[in-house]
Amino acid sequence: MTINHATAAEKFNKDFDRTTWHDETLWWVRQKRDRAAFSIPEWEKLRDTASQIKHNVLSNLDTYLVEFEKNAQKNGITVHWAADAHEHNEIILSILKKQGVTQIVKSKSMLTEECHLNPYLAENGVEVVDTDLGERIVQLADEPPSHIVLPCIHWKKEEIGVLFHKHLGTPEGCADPTLLTHAARENLREKFLTRRVAITGVNFAVAETGEFVVCTNEGNADMGAHLADVHIACMGIEKIIPQRAHLGVFLRLLARSATGQPITTYSSHFAKPRAGQEMHLVLVDNGRTTQLGREEFRNSLKCIRCGACMNTCPVYRRSGGHSYHNAVAGPIGSILAPNLDMTKNADLPFASTLCGSCSNVCPVKINIHEQLYEWRQVLTKSGHSPTAKTLGMKAMAAVLSNPSVYRLSGKMGRLALANVPFVVNNSLNPWYKQREMPEPPKESFGEWYKKNRG
Amino acid sequence: MKVGLFIPCYVDQFYPKVGIATLQLLEKLGCQVSYPPKQTCCGQPMANSGYEHLTHDCNRLFMNNFSEYDYIVSPSGSCVLHIKEHLHAPENETQNEGKATHIRKRIYELTEFLTDILKVENLEARFPFRVGLHQSCHGQRGLHLSQMSELVATPFSKPEQLLNMVKDVELVKLSRKDECCGFGGTFCVAEEAVSSRMGIDRIDDHVKNGTQVLTGGDMSCLMHLEGVIRRRKLPIKVMHIAEILTATE
Ligand code: SF4
Repeated sequence: MTINHATAAEKFNKDFDRTTWHDETLWWVRQKRDRAAFSIPEWEKLRDTASQIKHNVLSNLDTYLVEFEKNAQKNGITVHWAADAHEHNEIILSILKKQGVTQIVKSKSMLTEECHLNPYLAENGVEVVDTDLGERIVQLADEPPSHIVLPCIHWKKEEIGVLFHKHLGTPEGCADPTLLTHAARENLREKFLTRRVAITGVNFAVAETGEFVVCTNEGNADMGAHLADVHIACMGIEKIIPQRAHLGVFLRLLARSATGQPITTYSSHFAKPRAGQEMHLVLVDNGRTTQLGREEFRNSLKCIRCGACMNTCPVYRRSGGHSYHNAVAGPIGSILAPNLDMTKNADLPFASTLCGSCSNVCPVKINIHEQLYEWRQVLTKSGHSPTAKTLGMKAMAAVLSNPSVYRLSGKMGRLALANVPFVVNNSLNPWYKQREMPEPPKESFGEWYKKNRG
Repeated sequence: MKVGLFIPCYVDQFYPKVGIATLQLLEKLGCQVSYPPKQTCCGQPMANSGYEHLTHDCNRLFMNNFSEYDYIVSPSGSCVLHIKEHLHAPENETQNEGKATHIRKRIYELTEFLTDILKVENLEARFPFRVGLHQSCHGQRGLHLSQMSELVATPFSKPEQLLNMVKDVELVKLSRKDECCGFGGTFCVAEEAVSSRMGIDRIDDHVKNGTQVLTGGDMSCLMHLEGVIRRRKLPIKVMHIAEILTATE
């Protein structure tokens, strides 16, 4: 059973200094994002434009997908359609089997995380090496990424030194980022040279040209794809953009929102296989059309996976990506995950104060915090709420909708507003663990008003 | 101008002095204020917990209490935002939707009512302390009482504008000027660990930057932060902004 967010977060917070470090590391990324955004006077207009382009895409997704498929095929790309994660994994395995390959390299793709491709391939005797440095680190540690852009942001460099010493034979006690990166590169080089199949993700797929764009900072997608006989790219169906010109909007927003860079180091366009190479593209639904059909949640499909909403989220920064028990963590993960499985992810929309900072940084203007609120309503109405909570809420509603009952409960010593969950003053109440209760005054405002103005 | 004073349930029960300061401030500025005695709550505690469907009775009560006023004013941004976004007549009473619409349009958080409707330009108040302002998210990001640090836009702040009218107030500059305090309604108990940690971090920012008096427009956030301050026995006093705007120290 998965541990719910609150419990995992409590565990995370046991280490006070580490929580401080995690919060400050991500806040630093948020500040870099701010500086990059503020260097562009038309930033808000760019966000608007991006949001509207995506709006158009979502309203005409079927047409754009068919257009993209036609053009991609014309370019010599083999296009596959996968209804769900399982189909996606099967398609990939079948390509590998046809090639007789049991070892592959893969650059970063949140979609393959979402589909749990690595464990599936491992079960079927295929070894996958993740070539993004951060993903390689979590892979060696046998963990999922904790962040969609910065997969090992929860690891300190000294800890990475220990990990690399164990797996890559770096000198004991070495925590120098340059040396560690160099060691990882050396190790990966051999993989790049010998693996015949490379998987990459897709950031944008252009309908009018049938090409797709992959953004990385390390060039590892390019290394993999260029050295392999077979390139397999995997994308969610929402990654389509109508025209190449629209990249001028999205590429400007993506890296600035993600890391504060003006642009990703490599923004590579893949239009057709080179001579002798095979190029496959897997288009995956996996719940996306369901989400498209949920009007209040449709806009979540605009996401370009920049991670800005995580970096700004005060809850994410103090609970860590793993507490969200979903491939995509943080605010966006919390509105995507219930679409995939309401029972398993019923806790996530409640892992937020609804402060709204996520919606403000989002480069495609997804109303994330409003969708969190909406998911709460949907989950409650569909019976995904604990019975005790429902009873408590009903009792609270009864008190608060009846003025005389309300006043009476107030009179019975202020604290008898017991149904307002944060006002019970005993050590069993979570409020009291780290906070004092307000001191009850001798009369309520209502009583004072009656005496003084009534 | 007939103003209906909306004092949220927890302010009524725990912070009557905030209600009194709000009332006195509005009266001093020439408003004809009354407090409908049968009011309770805006319904937000249920709604934010996923139980908006249980708020019909609260909504009906709210409409009966407040639909006759020109303006409804409240010293709590969060409750005002909830009413603005979610107050509707129950489904089978659509004839009352007009009342709901009137209230949604005419309800104001105290500071925005002072700056935007009363257009207050000076206040007779003095408060010689270093004041740290807590920007509550629902007031700031929801009601746009201040510019938000995430947006590339010209800065402004309605509460700061008012605090600057108070003689001898020194406003403290914070390292993170609009980070959430972690209260979040039932979040404060459901996610106790993160909620408390966020509160501790907010307070730490105020301690480091020399706040003597912590203030804000939302007593719920302040109640949470005051809880942290008192548990840690820190020398910071907590006051609602209405108390500072009426201070004559
Ligand atoms: S929801 Fe917005 S901010 Fe969050 S990852 Fe997606 S695009 Fe970025």
